[in-house]
Amino acid sequence: MLNESLSKKRKTYELVMKGLMYVAVFSTAALALFLLIYVLVKGIPNISWELLTTSPSYISQKIGILPDILNTIYIVIATLVIVLPLGVGAAIYLTEYATNKKIVAIIEYAAETLSGIPSIIYGLVGMLLFSNNMGTCLMAGALTLVIMNLPTIMRTTQESLKTVPQSYREGAFGLGAGKWRVIRTVVLPGCVDGVITGCILSVGRILGESAALLFTAGFAHALNGFVQGLSSPGATLTVALYVYAKEQGEFGVAFAIASILMVLTVVINFAANLVQKHFAKRRSS
Amino acid sequence: MKKNQLLEKIIHGVFLILGLITVGCVLLITVYLVISGLPAIQKIGLTDFLFGTKWASTASDPKYGILPFILTSIYGTAGAIVIGVPIGFLTAVYLSKIASPRVKSAMQTVVSILAGIPSVVYGLVGMLVLVPGIQVIFGVADGASLLAAIIVLAIMILPSIIKMSITALDAVPKEYEDASLALGATPIETYFKVSVPAAKSGIAASVVLGVGRAIGEAMAVMMVAGNVPNMPNSLFQSVRFLTTAVSSEMAYSSGLQQQALFSIALVLFFFIMLINATLNFFLKREKE
Amino acid sequence: MNNIVTVKDMNLWYGDHQALHDIKIEIPEKSITAFIGPSGCGKSTFLKSLNRMNDLIPDVKITGDICYEGKDIYQKDVDVNSLRKEIGMVFQKPNPFPMSIYDNVAYGPRTHGITNKAQLDEIVEQALRDAALWDEVKDRLKKNALSMSGGQQQRLCIARALAVQPKILLMDEPTSALDPISTSRIEELVMQLKEKYTIVMVTHNMQQAVRVSDYTAFFLLGELVEFGKTDDIFSVPKDKRTEDYITGRFG
Repeated sequence: MLNESLSKKRKTYELVMKGLMYVAVFSTAALALFLLIYVLVKGIPNISWELLTTSPSYISQKIGILPDILNTIYIVIATLVIVLPLGVGAAIYLTEYATNKKIVAIIEYAAETLSGIPSIIYGLVGMLLFSNNMGTCLMAGALTLVIMNLPTIMRTTQESLKTVPQSYREGAFGLGAGKWRVIRTVVLPGCVDGVITGCILSVGRILGESAALLFTAGFAHALNGFVQGLSSPGATLTVALYVYAKEQGEFGVAFAIASILMVLTVVINFAANLVQKHFAKRRSS
Repeated sequence: MKKNQLLEKIIHGVFLILGLITVGCVLLITVYLVISGLPAIQKIGLTDFLFGTKWASTASDPKYGILPFILTSIYGTAGAIVIGVPIGFLTAVYLSKIASPRVKSAMQTVVSILAGIPSVVYGLVGMLVLVPGIQVIFGVADGASLLAAIIVLAIMILPSIIKMSITALDAVPKEYEDASLALGATPIETYFKVSVPAAKSGIAASVVLGVGRAIGEAMAVMMVAGNVPNMPNSLFQSVRFLTTAVSSEMAYSSGLQQQALFSIALVLFFFIMLINATLNFFLKREKE
Repeated sequence: MNNIVTVKDMNLWYGDHQALHDIKIEIPEKSITAFIGPSGCGKSTFLKSLNRMNDLIPDVKITGDICYEGKDIYQKDVDVNSLRKEIGMVFQKPNPFPMSIYDNVAYGPRTHGITNKAQLDEIVEQALRDAALWDEVKDRLKKNALSMSGGQQQRLCIARALAVQPKILLMDEPTSALDPISTSRIEELVMQLKEKYTIVMVTHNMQQAVRVSDYTAFFLLGELVEFGKTDDIFSVPKDKRTEDYITGRFG
């Protein structure tokens, strides 16, 4: 009786489900591996010192992506500088000030809604809201990205604020500190990890963004300084990839940029993991 | 003392304003889209706009029917779901229940990287691998087609589905699984007949999230779908999605044509809001 | 009376830690055997070895013989799923599946290949009757099991276990999460069940062991200190440690 093994039907079920799962996991892993290797193999040979350090020139018929690299850096900086105070402030309001549950629910619902809106819609609204008033420029793109990344910064900051022990706050209040002082001295230092994690995630999102930037920041490749750059149109790396691939058929350059983005994606991923692990460890010790 | 209280009040006010910024943004986006999207709908007529089968915005007698875009977006998303959900779901079950901790964490990294790859990179690889591949395998004139878009979208929604399903499956109490095993069910039977039903709200939410991603994706689809405003009558037709309809003509449009593009964005926004509401419904149920 | 389970020289390790030492016990058929002892004494671990639920924990090593109806259940050719069909289990915390009452009870038979609706209906009704739950739930079989009270949930779990027609029912502190009224209903039920089933029950409650069981096994620090008729164990314990425990000298 006990050595009666599974019925044929159950054995088949077992086998089929197991097989399907292996196929699924294998496809997912193979897909990621293929994408990574394919892009790197096609892209790395096209990366040269010249490509990285020059501007495109119609005279010499050469393409350089230095302006795109700089534009990407400018837009990342501009976005973070604006979104950080907004996002952290909103998170502080939610965890430290808000007493009305309804307001909290509305704000959180709004943040969720924002993170569900596709980037093409952000691009359109950013165009109407910013580019139509200040011209197509990196700053208009950065402002659009600010709205897009607001929920991310808010969420990560909020999560880390929740882990600041209530007793710290009580301790500070007990010493007669005002609310603002408590926030400055006790609460803000506690949310550093959330802010850093949020920044890393946002940088990743900004690097990958194209649809929201096409009509707000434009796709010029002029070499500019920071201030000049923000007020002129310019393509980030991702937008440049799109333009080179789709509009100009320059696949070599496109793959070169793609491989840079791929490497950055991997780096950002590990950085985010590292930061989270580091802070989790520090917290538990 | 008075001065201090005043300061605290001001600071409180500042934080309140910061807190309400997200709400302001949502309102701003909604209002802008409605204001700029309605005029064209009024001029063209709602039914002609939504159910017109012909889009010829630059013709001498322009036609603004967006049914091809709506259907393409729906078919494209449905196709992506049909392919992506089973793969993502089965991967999630394996990783949550069977895989060793090392395999699980390695695969989670892989999935995060998939999620982080910019959509234009998916588009680029799709353009150079998938499109020619479809051309050769199916012997069609142009591989840039609905099918290519479906495959790219299916891949792009995988990470959301896998991540969210894993979270839901990990949260299934072990007691359920023990009870099933103690009744003589095998582990695999237990996972699919007890764990999965117990996590169904979370898994449903992951599918809805995937739908949102797929319907909102623009650039990758732009690069592989051919971008011709055809009715999506076959998998091998070049098609245009709601998202790509907005972006492909925006650069050079003006007047009624541009207004019509805003209206398309409004329709897309409406779809997204519907999906968000559904997502919230499932997430709430999952929490309970 | 026949012994349905016989255990000889059984040892169990979790990695390097030996949790059970030289266990020897013979469990009589169609009776109630209670395992008592302080927490961490190994009684639950031993219970879970009887239907091989310990297989799920990595690094568990078991030596010696555990025989069910004369067959060593740890032998290679034993199918663990058939074993668990013969030896059912009820857990400490009521753990009905988040499905309807009917589907909960039908889960086992369905798993073992019964698809005929009429047959399933019959099994479900019989199991619910055996678990003294039928009258309370017969009008709401399609309702979610999680809407029931804790005591009802536990009786549902018993019904679910009975539905695969096991010979033995292992119960791991089945009333520890329940209120006194629900507890006494479960105790009554258990005493009825011994007409058809062999019941082995872990309990932390000595009164419960006295009230319910025919035989009692006292575990301490991974050892089976004493096993015998419940009346004997509680009136004339042979071992000093048993006496100390039942008189409440240690916890």
